[in-house]
Amino acid sequence: MRLLAIASLFALVLSSGAQAAGGGDTARKHPEPQSWTFTGPFGTFDRQQLQRGYQVYKEVCAACHGMKLLSFRNLAQPGGPEFSAAQAKALAAGVQVAALNDAGEPIERPGTVADRFPSPYPNEKAARAANNNALPPDLSVIVKARAHGIEGEGPDYLYWLLVGYSDPPPGETVLEGLYYNPYFEGHQIAMPPPLATDGQVTWPEGNPPATKQQMAKDVVAFLTWASEPHMEDRKAMGVKVFLFLVFLCVLLYFAYKRQWKDVDH
Amino acid sequence: MAHGNYRYEPKSAFAKWLDTRLPIIRLVDESIVQFPTPKNLNFWFTFGGILTFMLAVQIVSGIVLAMHYVPHETMAFDSVERIMRDVNYGWLIRYIHSNGASMFFIAVYIHIFRGLYYGSYKAPREVLWLLGIVIYLLMMATGFLGYTLPWGQMSFWGATVITNFFSSIDQVLPGVGSAITQWLWGSFAVDNTTLQRFFSLHYLLPFVIAGVVVLHVWALHVPGNNNPLGIDVKSPADTVPFHPYYTIKDLFALAMFVLFFSYFIFFVPNFLGHADNYIPANRLVTPPHIVPEWYYLPFYAILRSVPDQLAGVVLMFGAIVIWAFLPWLDRSHVRSNNFRPLNRQFFFILIGVVWILGMLGAQTPDGNFQFYFGIEVPISKLLLTQICTIWYFAHFIIITPIISTMEKPLPVPESIATAVLAKGGAPAAAKANG
Ligand code: HEC
Repeated sequence: MRLLAIASLFALVLSSGAQAAGGGDTARKHPEPQSWTFTGPFGTFDRQQLQRGYQVYKEVCAACHGMKLLSFRNLAQPGGPEFSAAQAKALAAGVQVAALNDAGEPIERPGTVADRFPSPYPNEKAARAANNNALPPDLSVIVKARAHGIEGEGPDYLYWLLVGYSDPPPGETVLEGLYYNPYFEGHQIAMPPPLATDGQVTWPEGNPPATKQQMAKDVVAFLTWASEPHMEDRKAMGVKVFLFLVFLCVLLYFAYKRQWKDVDH
Repeated sequence: MAHGNYRYEPKSAFAKWLDTRLPIIRLVDESIVQFPTPKNLNFWFTFGGILTFMLAVQIVSGIVLAMHYVPHETMAFDSVERIMRDVNYGWLIRYIHSNGASMFFIAVYIHIFRGLYYGSYKAPREVLWLLGIVIYLLMMATGFLGYTLPWGQMSFWGATVITNFFSSIDQVLPGVGSAITQWLWGSFAVDNTTLQRFFSLHYLLPFVIAGVVVLHVWALHVPGNNNPLGIDVKSPADTVPFHPYYTIKDLFALAMFVLFFSYFIFFVPNFLGHADNYIPANRLVTPPHIVPEWYYLPFYAILRSVPDQLAGVVLMFGAIVIWAFLPWLDRSHVRSNNFRPLNRQFFFILIGVVWILGMLGAQTPDGNFQFYFGIEVPISKLLLTQICTIWYFAHFIIITPIISTMEKPLPVPESIATAVLAKGGAPAAAKANG
């Protein structure tokens, strides 16, 4: 029991230490926490939301951001958006990928599920040239790469980054070609507001209206899954491991007590 | 000493035959099974076993990771992500390994402070203590090398900052520091050559640790365990055989520890790491705030306590090396702080000082000290770091020698058996009264 108390104390202190480690000197506005289906030990993704999020990524963000660690087959795997195999195949076929024909000449062919998501620019120079010298980062692990990752402020940060554009307050000026966003470190971002109008994407029947907030939430959920595609497996296994270990601890505790009951110590 | 009396007797013909050729059953029996162990060890004494387990976990998970990892500057980051995404249970193995390093350090810090509290470094266990320091230094090196392998921003910049410590030698021996640094890098900057050699050494060092652990356990088994009373074992009544008494106690403690460990693996696997390490290494972009892993933070603060870099590096290494002198700096004949009320207070102050140094190491160097819950303490971080650093060294060099000569310890019990009888006797007496 004492050990458990000490262990939890440790967790508590470590956690506040880790937060102090990251949160020190940032000038960015604190992102107000949102409610997500995937947080907490029992969190799972909402398949419909991930499918909508993928659509937002594909139709809006993919113009500037690649996701080179993802393949189309991932869209059909368990724990993700879970498009059907046929849907994933169709989505892949919708892009053209570079290949060689039998004569060894470069050609373009329709994608297959084994192909990676295409990157919008051939190289970093081209990406910078098209974006006012800023580099749109690859979004494959972006949620884990920002603000303490998935279990931290990562998703909230991304959400507010997408919906938090505003006019600069008096006193703050924005450089040519940059946009004011108080959630971004330094408040000036080279990304033009990507979700500018409601209804920018059209979702299939039966989905909520495509407001800016809804699109932002959905694409963030999608990016969260993409950053950690086995999150559901991990948490489900964690719950089982936890139950098992608690049971084992109880057993071992009684075995220990019994072994020592006749020894003064 | 009583525990030296036990001798293994081979019973079967085969055991006798083997015993005269390779006395391996004797070794196991005398050092793990029957090994007479003080019967009053508390749960703070279970961390040695936990550490052995963690070393095994790190080696096994590391070997599997190395089957999939690619030590190349253009592929390392993606290969780690491939482990996370495409290798069967790769995410599990990687999170065990990355969080395992932190758990290893949590356990070793508890183990070290337990040794400090109960005077386990004192005669006749000085060599045991010194070997422990060697293990700890090897762990520090291994942890640092491992953290560079994913080749994220913190990997790269951490490696750059730490290896640059050596170039501060240039201040006294011009040219030598940079020469050493370039020799470590194998290049003129941290690059692919550096990554490959760091991988090679990261694979090697755990086996060196395992070797020193064998020496450490050997050095433990000659004088036997210390115990919370800090007194020598006097008769067989003071001890119990290691198995099954301590095997079951250690197993229970280990299961609790693994429960704690699995919380991190399964529910907050990136909590103890830094988000920036999910950004691929980029030598053109310096992160705004380079911080080492949490387990180096107190030493990182000591490093930054003085403006002069070489002095900082010397202090930082000195902060660990000083432990090696402790058996001779502490002159008290009483081991356990249970009987040293004054020294005990300074022990707890030392823990507080190290903790604050750790917090300081995590914060940017300028401004006022940020305590928990958003409380800002009106004292500059630099000043507080300097006060804590001075206190840290003073604890070992001044406070410990003075107190250990001045302090009059409380009376120490005759033997472990009489002490536990006195403790165990109380409820019996109460029962008799009732
Ligand atoms: C017109 C091109 C463009 C589009 C479309 C676009 N982005 Fe960006 N994005 C950028 C650029 C350029 C940057 C780099 C900004 C900077 O460094 O100032 C960026 C940066 C980001 C960042 C990193 C912010 C940080 O903390 O560093 C995220 C996250 C992001 N974009 C998400 C998205 C999402 C999600 C979408 C789709 C809804 C999207 N972007 C659409 C150009 C674009």
